Amino acid sequence: MATETPTISPTPELTRKDFVTTNDVRWCPGCGDYAILNSLQRTFPELGVPRENFVVVSGIGCSSRFPYYMETYGFHSIHGRAPSVATGIKVANPELSVWIVTGDGDGLSIGGNHMLHLLRRNVNVTVLLFNNRIYGLTKGQYSPTSPVGTRTKTTPTGSIDNPLNPLLFALGAEATFIARTVDNNPKHMVETFKAAHEHQGVSFVEIMQNCVIFNDSAWDPVYGKENRDDQMLFLDAGKPLLFGKNKDRGIRLNGLTPEIVDATTAAPGDILVHQPEQSSPLYSQLLATMGLPEFPTPVGVIRQIQRPTYDALIHTQVQDAKAKRGTGTWQELLHGPSTWTVA
Amino acid sequence: MSLSTHVFREMKSVVVRFAGDSGDGMQIVGERFTDTSVTVPNAIATFPDYPSEIRAPVGTIAGVSAFQVHFGSSAVLTPGDEPDALVVMNPAALAVHLYDLVEGGLLIVNTAAFTPENLEMAHYITNPLEDPALLKKYDVIPIDITGLAVQALKDSPLSNREKLRTKNFFALGFTYWVYGRPIEPTIDYINSKWAKKTPEIADANIRVLKAGYFLGETTETTRNRYMVARAEVEPGTYRKISGNEAMALGLIAGAKKAGRPLLFSGYPITPATGVLETLAAYKHFDVKTVQAEDEIAAIGVALGASYAGQIGVTATSGPGMCLKGEFIGLALVTELPLVIVNVQRGGPSTGLPTKTEQSDLLQALYGRHGESPVPIVAANSPSDCFRAAFEAVRIALAYSTPVIVLSDGYLANGSEPWKIPDDASLPDLSVPFADPSQPYVAYARNPETLSRTLAIPGQVGLEHRIGGLEKDSSGCVSYDPENHSEMTRLRAAKVEAVAKTIPPLRITGERCGKLLVIGWGGTHGAITSAVETLRADGYDVSSTNVRYLNPLPPDLGDLLKGFDKVLVPELNSGQLCMILRARYLVDAVSLSKIKGRPFKISEIRARVLQLLND
Repeated sequence: MATETPTISPTPELTRKDFVTTNDVRWCPGCGDYAILNSLQRTFPELGVPRENFVVVSGIGCSSRFPYYMETYGFHSIHGRAPSVATGIKVANPELSVWIVTGDGDGLSIGGNHMLHLLRRNVNVTVLLFNNRIYGLTKGQYSPTSPVGTRTKTTPTGSIDNPLNPLLFALGAEATFIARTVDNNPKHMVETFKAAHEHQGVSFVEIMQNCVIFNDSAWDPVYGKENRDDQMLFLDAGKPLLFGKNKDRGIRLNGLTPEIVDATTAAPGDILVHQPEQSSPLYSQLLATMGLPEFPTPVGVIRQIQRPTYDALIHTQVQDAKAKRGTGTWQELLHGPSTWTVA
Repeated sequence: MSLSTHVFREMKSVVVRFAGDSGDGMQIVGERFTDTSVTVPNAIATFPDYPSEIRAPVGTIAGVSAFQVHFGSSAVLTPGDEPDALVVMNPAALAVHLYDLVEGGLLIVNTAAFTPENLEMAHYITNPLEDPALLKKYDVIPIDITGLAVQALKDSPLSNREKLRTKNFFALGFTYWVYGRPIEPTIDYINSKWAKKTPEIADANIRVLKAGYFLGETTETTRNRYMVARAEVEPGTYRKISGNEAMALGLIAGAKKAGRPLLFSGYPITPATGVLETLAAYKHFDVKTVQAEDEIAAIGVALGASYAGQIGVTATSGPGMCLKGEFIGLALVTELPLVIVNVQRGGPSTGLPTKTEQSDLLQALYGRHGESPVPIVAANSPSDCFRAAFEAVRIALAYSTPVIVLSDGYLANGSEPWKIPDDASLPDLSVPFADPSQPYVAYARNPETLSRTLAIPGQVGLEHRIGGLEKDSSGCVSYDPENHSEMTRLRAAKVEAVAKTIPPLRITGERCGKLLVIGWGGTHGAITSAVETLRADGYDVSSTNVRYLNPLPPDLGDLLKGFDKVLVPELNSGQLCMILRARYLVDAVSLSKIKGRPFKISEIRARVLQLLND
């Protein structure tokens, strides 16, 4: 890829092991984060980026321990603010492959404002948002993605605020790449991470992740063994929206409303064909809002459109200014537009 | 009437204040008067004083905007205490500013604006211009400025509204005549600003400017004209510069001398915005600016840039400083270089956004959780912001630490002539990154500075992790009690180590005696002026300005011991005074002022005399 072409290739054949640190991984046994870590360690060697050009930036929360476990450059910053640090890194050096690891609380609650602006600016970085619908590190309080009625220590009679849909949020901010994957499907995670990396612009990936201690099995209705065939809709660009064990059900539009049809009997052309590159947000919104209880939950790349990146535009402006005015000199800096001399 | 009857009275220095509605163009007029005076040359200092409302209702007290210029034939260190001349464009401006005018001072009044409606808005029951006491107390020059400006443009194609807008140049022209200033620099300015795009506006402004000037020449409006002789100025090349401009240039100069690009991220806030605005125009100096979504993001972006090996800088004012606290802590614990500029304003909360104060010193010292020392440098005049910013870049890089630069609204917006430094005289600030041929230990320290060496993303073989969790020297997360104690001590010792590079304090007067006046930041001019005049009168008083607030200068303790009494004037409730008392066990006395305005020389003088007589 253009801006991430390795400047040097010291170890052309990186492997997963090259990205494993000597630190003990300290997540709870059975945490979904292990699978995500594993998948990212498998993804990085395949991206053609030298190890020293990766930077993993995080905020605070269980997911944000991530940088300590990736053998590359890493910055564990403060709660919710990873997008700002990542923006600074990417603007300073667009050659770097910058990854933000965040959670539903870090990225959408305390850091919601920064996430919004990172997405609308289209900074060329990848966001991995681990959505477990709970605050894990502080021991189990409801999060901005918890369903209404979630009972926790801070909501003993059930939460009352409407949860945020991460994909819809990203779409509202006009993110240029929006995807969803799940922590129990390593193959799908690796594919999604690669696609996110290849995208030129901000990539937002929601990962449905299980918190084994405070919100165990929260996603089982979607990706549990007994449900996944009926409840997951795997998206593939250019292919019809089909799901079910035998891919025998599809999604079609009735006016502006989606409905499920029997794919074996539906008229040809009736079933929607996945077009992530559609610039109109209507189709993306349809997918972002589809899910339980009526519909299967789409996973894969929901939206991918092209727009100039913030980091590239800043550099262009600097280069243009230099071309137009010449590189600034001491004389110009110190003297300014007008001076006078006292003899 | 012949010109010869207008006799110039020689003055050592003069203070002129222009006041009017915020739409009357008083800031432009003040700027022009300043630019003309610096080229005479005169020593000069300025103080713009404008409301926080962009356009309060026309004619109201809240909408009054003013600009004060102090020019003299010898050193001018402050914008002056009371104006010798006050130019008022409407009754509200008179109501707000008259109390300050010296007795017998020149009062130039735009009579056209003294209508019943305007008088009512300024809460006048009767027309003050008809008050015999006023006419007796001041040298009042009533002029129908609006009417004469419009009359001068009777052949102009401009609309009546546009014609009315030229009246500030009439006031300026007349003031130029009173003080024998040339009008050519202003004509050049008008032409450069309007001649190309709107020649009819350029023409109108010039005609009105001249009409104002000629009014003095051709009528017996006033008997008095004043002459301020050329100042004895140190030879060299000069420019006029404001505090915010100087701050921006100092940052660029620091980055250039460090050999790293500058990345500045800020969020608009009065009165710090000018730093971001200035830097945004310097892209061809490898300056990248990011207008962030909020104050927190602004410092986060700057810190990310520092982490990536560039010069990360942010600037803000009081409320923004509150928001940046957590990130300053992160910069401190990750030991990354970072410059944070705080252009102080009246607080707490939104407070007085456009007014000046020095009330963030304790915040800069202690406004973070945990044991979190950071070096602090304070600028002491508008042009000195250059040196303060440059110095902050030096300390940040040499000691791998966040550094706070304290400026204030008075310095930021004030301007003065600046003798342009020779770039060769500025020291090299470059600090090498880690050597990829050596194993990297993230928190290994330079034995002298105690700083750590940065390895930046992209450097082969130096991959490592940093973050807000406490680390041991190898860079691993550590909860070990002894390690936390040791790292806390090391971070403090590193900041203390900066003291070795602090030059000796500069003293006005002697290093011992009866009374030392000690200040920091923008009070420098007022304190020095007061002490110089008192010394000339034979009083045993000296003064100093503390540039380094953390660590404090190594020679400060001995200096304080050399005096019977210590006075600490501050635009806060005695913050430095408290530090000096705690740190040096000295019975320092505070002179506190919290009115959103700088000290007057007379205020400091009076307190000094009181203490000397006690």
